[in-house]
Amino acid sequence: MVNLKVNGQQHSLDIDPETPLLYALRDELGLNAAKYGCGLGQCGSCTVVVDGEAVFSCVSPVLLLEGREITTLEGLGTADAPGALQRAFIEEQAAQCGYCIPGMMMRAQALLRANPNPTDDEIRSSLQTNLCRCGTHMRILKAVRRAAGLMQRADASPTPATGAVR
Amino acid sequence: MSAELSRRGLLGVGGALVLGFTLPLRAQEAGQSATPPAKAPPLPGSLKTTPELDAWLRIDAQGAVTLFTGKVELGQGVRTAVMQIAAEELEVPMERIQLVSGDTGRTPNEGYTAGSQSMQESGTAIRHAAAQVRELLIGRAAGQLGLDAGSLRAEQGAVIAADGRRLSFGELVTGLDLHVKAQPESRLKAPDQFRVMGQPVPRVDIPAKVTGGAAYVQDMRPEGMVHARVVRPPAPGARLALLDSSAAEALPGVLGVVRDGSFLAVVAEREWQAIKAMRALAAGARWEGGPGLPEQRDLFATMRALPTESYSILDKNAPVPGTAKELRATYTRQYQAHGSIGPSCALAQFQDGVMTVWTHSQGVYPLRGALSEMLRMPAEQVRCIHVEGSGCYGHNGADDVAADAVLVARAMPGRPIRLQWMREQEQGWEPLSPAMITEAGGKLDAQGRIINWDYGVWSNTHNTRPGPAGNLLAAQHLAEPFTPATPRPAPQPAGAGDRNAIPLYTFPNAQVMHHFIPQMPLRVSALRGLGAFMNVFSIESFMDELADAAGADPVEFRLRHLEDERGRAVIQLAAEKFGWGKGRPAPGIGHGFGFARYKNYAAYCAVAAEVTVERETGRVRPLRVVAAVDAGQVINPDGLRNQVEGAIIQSTSWTLYESVGFTPNGLTSVDWSTYPMMRFNAVPRQMEVHMIDRPGMPFLGAGETGQGPAAAAIGNAVARAAGQRLRDLPMTREKIKAAIGV
Repeated sequence: MVNLKVNGQQHSLDIDPETPLLYALRDELGLNAAKYGCGLGQCGSCTVVVDGEAVFSCVSPVLLLEGREITTLEGLGTADAPGALQRAFIEEQAAQCGYCIPGMMMRAQALLRANPNPTDDEIRSSLQTNLCRCGTHMRILKAVRRAAGLMQRADASPTPATGAVR
Repeated sequence: MSAELSRRGLLGVGGALVLGFTLPLRAQEAGQSATPPAKAPPLPGSLKTTPELDAWLRIDAQGAVTLFTGKVELGQGVRTAVMQIAAEELEVPMERIQLVSGDTGRTPNEGYTAGSQSMQESGTAIRHAAAQVRELLIGRAAGQLGLDAGSLRAEQGAVIAADGRRLSFGELVTGLDLHVKAQPESRLKAPDQFRVMGQPVPRVDIPAKVTGGAAYVQDMRPEGMVHARVVRPPAPGARLALLDSSAAEALPGVLGVVRDGSFLAVVAEREWQAIKAMRALAAGARWEGGPGLPEQRDLFATMRALPTESYSILDKNAPVPGTAKELRATYTRQYQAHGSIGPSCALAQFQDGVMTVWTHSQGVYPLRGALSEMLRMPAEQVRCIHVEGSGCYGHNGADDVAADAVLVARAMPGRPIRLQWMREQEQGWEPLSPAMITEAGGKLDAQGRIINWDYGVWSNTHNTRPGPAGNLLAAQHLAEPFTPATPRPAPQPAGAGDRNAIPLYTFPNAQVMHHFIPQMPLRVSALRGLGAFMNVFSIESFMDELADAAGADPVEFRLRHLEDERGRAVIQLAAEKFGWGKGRPAPGIGHGFGFARYKNYAAYCAVAAEVTVERETGRVRPLRVVAAVDAGQVINPDGLRNQVEGAIIQSTSWTLYESVGFTPNGLTSVDWSTYPMMRFNAVPRQMEVHMIDRPGMPFLGAGETGQGPAAAAIGNAVARAAGQRLRDLPMTREKIKAAIGV
């Protein structure tokens, strides 16, 4: 059995311990956001956050992830109650086909947690590992900047933010 | 309802996936096969082929509207756009519309979602159908209220009288027969009355995509689903000689191996098990044969040596004396890939004699034809349902993976089979965009006007879509293989390899030749824009070369030769917003311009670009890109802007980085390290897309209009920044360094 903590919930999975996290998330836990893109850590569409760091779930075997905090895009909010990053991507309409977007968002989530007010160059440099084929880059950059603003305002507000980001 | 069906299927709620229902084919099939009566005036858009109003929209007794389109979402926003059109003309809130798209069991047959034609074809049909249904509802209300129809108006899903009496569409629709043929003329709303069209309505598909909703065929997970993977030959044309599948079959979770000739696949309970079994199966396969590919360094010589069919597509002769200068140039482009981020995927289930496949194909009806031929099943027993995939940009692996999935499903009746390609399979087996050669010649008079234009383009076909079963990859690998269709050139004005080979400029003498190459050294098909990307790049590069020879400003030089007023307007707007000609760029920085009207009848686009070239590395950095677009009546300005922004970045990536690698033994570009594309560090620092809206004018397809002009603008800017013209795409760092002698 492999024990994984995903979006705050513990799961015991009866799977091959060398299974990449991507397949555990998608096939065992029914989470759609992390996507298979290359299986090689070259495109970033499988990106999730582990202990605050963005990682390629397609090349991370589950046996190495026991006891770690795994966050997927599903952990940031829902379509009805989107988190700050999700709101920002909706407000900027930052998707075309959208297949790469969850990976982009999780990398941005890790960036904004570590650096709440990144420069444009810092955002670009962080997202360098993630590919978008539709050419949505300008909107993705705007959405990450907007999310930084939303998160800062949420942090500054006296009452806790309602979104799941935090 | 298909939406309910797919939702149940996706979530696995309520037990088994509902597949064994009776397909409501009859009415649809009758509609699709109907031909418009002879001599009647032509019906607008796709009403020509599917004239019945209820094939496009239906209203239930609660006033809920179901809209049907044969066009499918590819990430271009078509779902939102057609819903806006219907909401506008029918006078219902968008929230009350449910859209069904691309389902051979339910929707009109609109061929492929390709060629930037969705708005002209489906958008136009839906606009007219919605307007005609609205008028039928008003007419019915007039009868019930005893009032003149002219005194009534439709609003928010109801018909309202001047005295305030109100009948909802739900009340009115009972007993109203919408299974009637559309009329050629409709009472369309005037542009100044638009509430929804022309507005930047948020895309209906984005919330699910940014929250982990089930948004793609890759996300389907019906009860009982199992995972399949294919094992492909090591090179095109290789045949499976020997197979030892015992190691693969002994692995945990493996349910079976499917082999038919050289088609080979494995099925397992879990996805990772299927991937491991695929590797074990590949290790047990021995392949032989396969014709050699050309040496990549000899590609263009190889192409020139192949037999051609040559067609004159423009021959305009009005001899003008007094040639002052004459120029010639040759441009080349390597094979390029669609390179979808998500490898192709399909889900198929064979149950009760019916094969159902959920697919991200661009054409569910043509795919159904091909699959039924391959499976030797009647078309009525094959149903293709579109579910979104990763962005496709043309004919990628979507149809081929659907063929793979149905072959596996046929061998395992009852089980829903999910089959996704691996990255190396996507990269190694998708139909590529053909390598191309163009040659341009021009003569200038003493006043710097072009008095002769002479142009030729050499290309394979840009269309090997199914259609015929032989165009499916797996069908070519079967023990009884199907033969690919003989490629044919596509007629002008759309053309294919010669798309946009005829410039929109006016020259007194102009000859344009299309040299069609039937033989295909590598498998090729449609990539966004087809030949327009290379032809516009070539024409617009050569216009700059001629402008330099004439000592003219490139923008002024274009306007000097362009009579089309809408074309002139986008050029002037892009130049003005860019600040063209204001100040000299610093050393190492170049400004470039490109313009075209896609297919010479779709949207107009002009692009101005500023780039820097690092001499030491040959690296190009786009700094600023400004575009202007005229797409006729704009349905969703934010959607249009998103499409053109994407076109600019994708085309810039093609122009600077992308080239399929191969040796005589096969393809060598099989992932993102061997097929590099643009990453964030090279994305322009600034981008602006300006629109010229034309309220009331016909929709002009815009999904591909940016590809050519963006490539030309980047290429022309590189030529000025580097001080050397590069005519071979992609303009890699190595080529730039070689050109500037670093």
